[in-house]
Amino acid sequence: MKVNLKVWRQKNNKAQGALKDYAVDGVNPDMSFLEMIDVLNEQLISKNEEPVAFDHDCREGICGMCSMYINGRAHGPLHGTTTCQLYMRHFKDGETIYVEPWRSKAFPVVKDLTVDRSAFDRIIAAGGYVGVNTGQAQDANTIPVEKENAEKAMDAAACIGCGACVAACPNSSAMLFVSAKISHLALFPQGQPERKRRAINMVDQMDEEGFGNCTNIGACEAECPKEIKLTNIARMNRDYLTATLIEE
Amino acid sequence: MAQSALFKSSIGKKFLMGLTGLFLISFLVIHAAINSMIWFNDGGETFKKWGSFMGTNPIIRAMELVLVAGFIIHIVDGLLLWKQNRDARPVKYAYSNPPAKSKWYSRSMGLLGTLLLIFLVIHSAHFWIPNRMQQGLTDWHNEINLYGRMLEVFKNPLVVAIYVFGCISLFWHLLHGFKSAFQSLGVNHTKYNQTIEYAGIAFSVVIPLLFALMPISIYFGLVN
Repeated sequence: MKVNLKVWRQKNNKAQGALKDYAVDGVNPDMSFLEMIDVLNEQLISKNEEPVAFDHDCREGICGMCSMYINGRAHGPLHGTTTCQLYMRHFKDGETIYVEPWRSKAFPVVKDLTVDRSAFDRIIAAGGYVGVNTGQAQDANTIPVEKENAEKAMDAAACIGCGACVAACPNSSAMLFVSAKISHLALFPQGQPERKRRAINMVDQMDEEGFGNCTNIGACEAECPKEIKLTNIARMNRDYLTATLIEE
Repeated sequence: MAQSALFKSSIGKKFLMGLTGLFLISFLVIHAAINSMIWFNDGGETFKKWGSFMGTNPIIRAMELVLVAGFIIHIVDGLLLWKQNRDARPVKYAYSNPPAKSKWYSRSMGLLGTLLLIFLVIHSAHFWIPNRMQQGLTDWHNEINLYGRMLEVFKNPLVVAIYVFGCISLFWHLLHGFKSAFQSLGVNHTKYNQTIEYAGIAFSVVIPLLFALMPISIYFGLVN
């Protein structure tokens, strides 16, 4: 099959970017979207042109590196899927496909489709951890955890930090990500001593990074490749509000 | 542990938005209930009785100040959120497909709020402001005939159309806002999410519908 791409090309963070047209021929419908971009890049290299820079790593949907905004959707048109798990058979032969980087003040473009997501790392560093050694697996198992909480924590921990929530949110809000990280620790006994302080520190860091505010639209939940739920945002709101309003 | 930065924070702004929103919702209930008394068709007697109670009772008048503050906080906070959210994405997408993932009215709360603000100005210029002007600071019982004024104002089909349009904006604003307020306050639980959802839909339909029927029924001479 053949696809017509409109790809965002931008030399570096300071340069002005623009969409550029590329026609990619001989695309196998069972290629992933990233493999199709690989084909495009090989074509560009053979023509002595600069290949398209894009983030990728595991290519099995668990690392959170791929980050393309495809035809107006984060990670493309499929639900609960990363770009690397999106296959060309989901597009029509001859289709025009827009490929853009995540758009957010907090995620500056590094080059082409690559954005700097270190804002997420700084949010994690502000409190997304348990500050003491909690031992090995067997030590963890000596503390009982409610089955329901274990499940919810696992669901929240499924967040791969790709930033699709920020990209999809009309406000560029990072609250789904931050709430998932706050939630998965808040649901465990080991996360309790630092729970309130964690909520304050992580939210403060999130605000400092220049993300927008959540207005409960739900685009993040709809586009999250790991299907993180909005209930996590409510939990973060509760933790933050009790930490600031009620706690001594 | 309390930090003074609460209302500067993103979650603090959401909290304030939800809190004032729910407060304004409670005002809508009282406003709709008292105004519905025009349908007793008793020459406005019941309506006038309750209307002048609201305009002259000191406790209600004190609450009115809280209400004005509620409106101002809700509007200013909304504008701040709108500005911050717009600034958070300096470069827009060339191709965006939002209908695939969210409701248009959820994305358009700023626009709906602005329409409501314009309506609020027109509406208070019709009734509330002239009444309070005549009452002044001390002469509370010297009210204008709100009932008569209502019958007069809604003879104009254009005014009726503006009011109906205002009510439609209110419907969409509430459809997102009612449910959203609970989420912002951290109230989200499988035990009562459905109740909030259905109560929100019912409220968003019933209240604006009641309000819209008032100018319509007056225009068609059904209130006398």
